[in-house]
Amino acid sequence: MTARRWVVRIGVLLLLLVLPRLIYPILAVDILCWGLFALAFDLVFGYAGLLSFGHAMFWGTSAYVTANLLFRTGLPVPVAILLGTIAALVLSLPTGYLSIRSAGIYFSMVTLAFAQMIDFIARQAEDYTGGDNGLPGIPRPSLGPIHFDNAIHLVLAALGYVVAARAIESPFGQALRAIRDNRTRAQSVGYNPRVQMMVAFVISAGLSGLAGGLQAVGHGVVSLDVVHWTTSGIVVMMVLLGGTGTLLGPLVGAALVLLLRDSLASSTTATGVVTGAVFAATVLFFRRGVVGTLLMLDFRRRKAVEAPAPPAAEAAPPKQVTAANPQVRTP
Amino acid sequence: MTLLLIQIFNGLVNGAFYALLSLGLAVIFGMLRIVNFAHGALYMLGAFTAYAIGERFGIGFWPSLLIAPIAVGIFGVILERLLIRRLYDLPASYNLLLTFGLTLLIQDGVRLIYGISGQPYAPPAQLAGATNLGFIVFPTFRLFAIIVSVVVCVLTWFVIERTRVGAVVRACTENPTITRAFGIDVSLWITAVFGFGAALAGLAGVLAAPIYSVDPLMGSELIITTFAVVVIGGLGSILGSVVTGYAVGVLVAIGSALYPPIANTLIFILMALVLLLRPTGLFGLQEAR
Repeated sequence: MTARRWVVRIGVLLLLLVLPRLIYPILAVDILCWGLFALAFDLVFGYAGLLSFGHAMFWGTSAYVTANLLFRTGLPVPVAILLGTIAALVLSLPTGYLSIRSAGIYFSMVTLAFAQMIDFIARQAEDYTGGDNGLPGIPRPSLGPIHFDNAIHLVLAALGYVVAARAIESPFGQALRAIRDNRTRAQSVGYNPRVQMMVAFVISAGLSGLAGGLQAVGHGVVSLDVVHWTTSGIVVMMVLLGGTGTLLGPLVGAALVLLLRDSLASSTTATGVVTGAVFAATVLFFRRGVVGTLLMLDFRRRKAVEAPAPPAAEAAPPKQVTAANPQVRTP
Repeated sequence: MTLLLIQIFNGLVNGAFYALLSLGLAVIFGMLRIVNFAHGALYMLGAFTAYAIGERFGIGFWPSLLIAPIAVGIFGVILERLLIRRLYDLPASYNLLLTFGLTLLIQDGVRLIYGISGQPYAPPAQLAGATNLGFIVFPTFRLFAIIVSVVVCVLTWFVIERTRVGAVVRACTENPTITRAFGIDVSLWITAVFGFGAALAGLAGVLAAPIYSVDPLMGSELIITTFAVVVIGGLGSILGSVVTGYAVGVLVAIGSALYPPIANTLIFILMALVLLLRPTGLFGLQEAR
């Protein structure tokens, strides 16, 4: 099992390395950044069971902070991105504290409302965000003889990915899942759900910020899209489509959504119609997502091998009750 | 003083729309325990229905005031029967996500047909111009919008809390199994209530058409602001959501008169304050989560 995990991980890393050769580089950067963003979001959605509908505020705040630092100071790119990440972390403290006070569907509405507030502020602060024009031409200082951009992206994104993976696989991650599946029981074992969820929220916001800063530098432009509510929605779609509560799912989902949007952009004007329809269809019929489905098939197959001719009831997949299926193992 | 009064009336106009929308959300939430993200899109559809039948068939405002809500209500019934129904066994988040996807779809669909720019919609001749109220002069149509909103909200409250129809709806909400045992078709009532909530959004849309511009995105920002209103008031009670809608509208109007830059963010600051002091909202129930 462990060996297989490593094969998958190294395979993904290699794929990401050659990705800029397979598709055009900006799209590769997009997939990398949105993949990290989606993974960060999944930490809260898939593992803590909280549907945040406002993650654009962390992604967008970091993007604007990073861009402004690069415009106004001579800071090196990684430092600017790091400071952007810290800005997202700082923002997550009050918003997280307040939204975690409410649970379930209220949590979604509160996070959405806070993100809308950041959207309004971004629109008003034209000196820093460029308003509707956005901030084009973010300077990308050269870092020596070789073009380091992609390497920096890969290293920082990999760092974010490792942080998320460690958080998920650690005892902390286990506790999160325990709270998600049965809050009362987890509480009686001694966990404080609010504290655990707050920590998850802050880590998630920080990683979203890291992804947002990387995206800003990678694109060389930040527009109001980064704080728009559709951004918060699209990242949910990526996670659902790829597979909630899996490590690889968000990356796969990000790639699928971005490739879909990319191909739509050149072939039709009805991007929103198709995106919305795919979104609704995913929620209705494909909640396990790509990776979730693959894992389930694999799970069934191995069960069938271990115990020949199992009774039908046992072989049937467990009913999906929570946001993510606890039976699904992370690759 | 006059300026402040005008500002309060402007607040009441905004409050009229917050109240109608959060009332629809509350009615649907009470029955189905879901939050309908597409409520903003339904509001937009109401405005566009009025606009479209006006353009194509020359149907004026008054018939539209009836036709558009009914059309949107029927659309809501179709949505509930075909799609939303399938997710009742899952956490409410899934229906929020489904309706989010539908919002993208509906918005972009309307954009494809009518374009992104706003369409003008004239108020009816009887309600054009302004009325002198004695202490201020205020656009007649806006006064009309406030009055319609108040009347509809009070009627809805009355029907749900004081009539037999309302008793059935409340029974379906509180204990569907027992209600079914009495021979009442709960699933039919659920559909009806969803259709009614959708119709309220459609009505708000028609009322908004002459005030704001009719464009595909008109509902998306309003619905998020309404979510903040709903968080402030709590989804627990019909009356609570209406009162909060008006109160927030007026408070924000006064606040932004005193300090204009705060206009857009004040509602969210209010929300943060309420969350600090009463996490379940002013009228929220402890169990509503």
